[in-house]
Amino acid sequence: MSAVFKPHETFRDDFSYRNSPQAIRRFPLPFAEDAYMYSVNIEPHLPGPPGSVTEFAFDVDEHYVAECRERAIVLAAEPLRYQALPHMMSSQWDCLELIMESLAKDYPAHFSLSRQGNRWHWINRPLEIDQQFTFGDAATLPREPLDYITRQAQGDFVVMDQREGDLWCEAGMVTTQADWSLDFDIGMTFKEWHGPVPLAHELQVFDRALKFLLNLRLGSPVRRLNWTMTVHPRLDTSPENYPHWGPDRAMVTPQNAGDLVHLRVELQGLWRLPRSNAIVFGIRCYLISLRELATVPKWARRVHRVLRDLHPALIDYKGLTRYRDAAIAWLAPFDDGAPTTPGTAPE
Amino acid sequence: MNDAQTIAVEVVGIEQVTPLIKHFKLAPVGGGLLPVFSGGSHIIVVMQAKDRVHKNPYSLLGSPSQLTTYEIGVRRMEESRGGSHFMHDAVKLGSRLEIAHPVNLFGLDKIARKHVLIAGGIGITPILAQLEDLHGGGVPYELHYSVRSAEHAAFLERLRRREGARLHIYYDSDGQLIPFEPLLAAQPLGTHVYVCGPAGMIKHVIGTAQASGWPDSHIHWEQFSAPPVGDAFEVFLARSKISVHVPPDQSLLESIEAAGVEVPYLCRGGVCGFCHTRVLELDGELMHNDHFLSNADKANAKNIMPCVSRARCKRLVLDL
Repeated sequence: MSAVFKPHETFRDDFSYRNSPQAIRRFPLPFAEDAYMYSVNIEPHLPGPPGSVTEFAFDVDEHYVAECRERAIVLAAEPLRYQALPHMMSSQWDCLELIMESLAKDYPAHFSLSRQGNRWHWINRPLEIDQQFTFGDAATLPREPLDYITRQAQGDFVVMDQREGDLWCEAGMVTTQADWSLDFDIGMTFKEWHGPVPLAHELQVFDRALKFLLNLRLGSPVRRLNWTMTVHPRLDTSPENYPHWGPDRAMVTPQNAGDLVHLRVELQGLWRLPRSNAIVFGIRCYLISLRELATVPKWARRVHRVLRDLHPALIDYKGLTRYRDAAIAWLAPFDDGAPTTPGTAPE
Repeated sequence: MNDAQTIAVEVVGIEQVTPLIKHFKLAPVGGGLLPVFSGGSHIIVVMQAKDRVHKNPYSLLGSPSQLTTYEIGVRRMEESRGGSHFMHDAVKLGSRLEIAHPVNLFGLDKIARKHVLIAGGIGITPILAQLEDLHGGGVPYELHYSVRSAEHAAFLERLRRREGARLHIYYDSDGQLIPFEPLLAAQPLGTHVYVCGPAGMIKHVIGTAQASGWPDSHIHWEQFSAPPVGDAFEVFLARSKISVHVPPDQSLLESIEAAGVEVPYLCRGGVCGFCHTRVLELDGELMHNDHFLSNADKANAKNIMPCVSRARCKRLVLDL
């Protein structure tokens, strides 16, 4: 998608973030049917249809410039949102290469990369960056490689080292998260890190996911969708900043839910990294207000039904307890009871 | 499972490095660079023989930063089902092969304080690439390499030149044995040991390390089993609803693939667990040859790794 950037929209204070009609049509709805339960919904990260969020390895959309600015604001206040343990340096270079190569190939109008041996030249036009550096020599970049490149990418990134038959969360850039903290989780194993998720452990979701990921292949990335909801289009719903966003949940009424309540969808991608044999886990966040969502009649019906019938443990875990009724009430007039077509396409 | 993503390569170098081992260099057809990899990785080489397809795992032994070619070492197996003989006899300079992307099941531990690498014979191949990853890394390491005799010491000159005093070589012909007990007893805390070689050597290193108090997490080994030959048998694939004949010199996985049924796999050597298949019915016994299933899993006969394991049975039904 040849997006027109909206560099001045905000994810805090006046919350001026909005989706254009084009952005609404390509929104990655995570519900293929009128009900939701956990599953190991992993699929190959193959190119999707032109214009879709999965057309390319990393989706750059109309919010790119604004999201990079939001990330810089978070990092200025809380530098520990980026961390990498010392043994993760080779994986940092792997990530930098993956992101630079992908963006330059997929969005040549915005990014370019030229490589002559270890001498690399990176140009990021939307952010007005022109950087020459030596691949493998961190002293030639203004920041550590993972820090450097993920400040120029949408979505969070976690790098997992693979050893002892487990995946260890040991580097990352996490500023657009749904109520979890890299600073708290760094150094944890895969199951420790996912400890708080209800029901999924009993369903052995993490046993199967871990086994699958340990054998993730180079050149065969995978993806899945996850979701929750957020009041206001706020990217940084971190535990660190809970006092700023937690109380918002008490503001929601059946009258204002259409504008306040946002469906928050994570497009999660997983890539095996070549030099380090680590795995990078990309968590790209998409936000859409119920009012924007309801411009697609099928989606309004479906999200109404999913929310209405959601398992109680998921209501609580996703933090919806305070405002789910209001959201359901706001969506109810859009649900005439008509059946929805299978799949997530708008109609 | 990745046949859709194989890379076409051309053989651009062949050297007989010992009486039994040939060293091949593979370059991408049409030039360019091969994917970056990490030390300890292997590739699956797909060989189109006259009457069948061989898919064998071989460790990458070259430098992970030298990507114009991949290097592999192939030992001629005495009881070969054909793959190693094909590489030795049919593959010439200019031959075309298909390879899958590298997979690493034998990676170096990145938080180790020291690495002790132990190789026997052809087991030197993954360790050669691990050594490349260790160069300049600042973590101490040493290599213990055991061979039958001087003429069987593959890649010894390369190792002498690069490793100097870190290399310890042992010749069976001179009665020299790696002193496993004192070697493993004397290592500082935080040391990791890596062993690749004959089954007996691997078993001995694991046992000695455990007896010396090493945690299992610090003991690493890799052994690709070639699928052994065995009696012919029949298998019924329940979901595909077809019967497949498994001849003596073909593996269960190869026979299933030849019948047109795809099974996910990574290593084809009984290590990774990816081709894990459920056994639905069995009248007879399974001949487990993998390193993945636990002894309990092997005993209950509900699971099989078709890449290396077989059956001696009247009836076998798999969930495929």
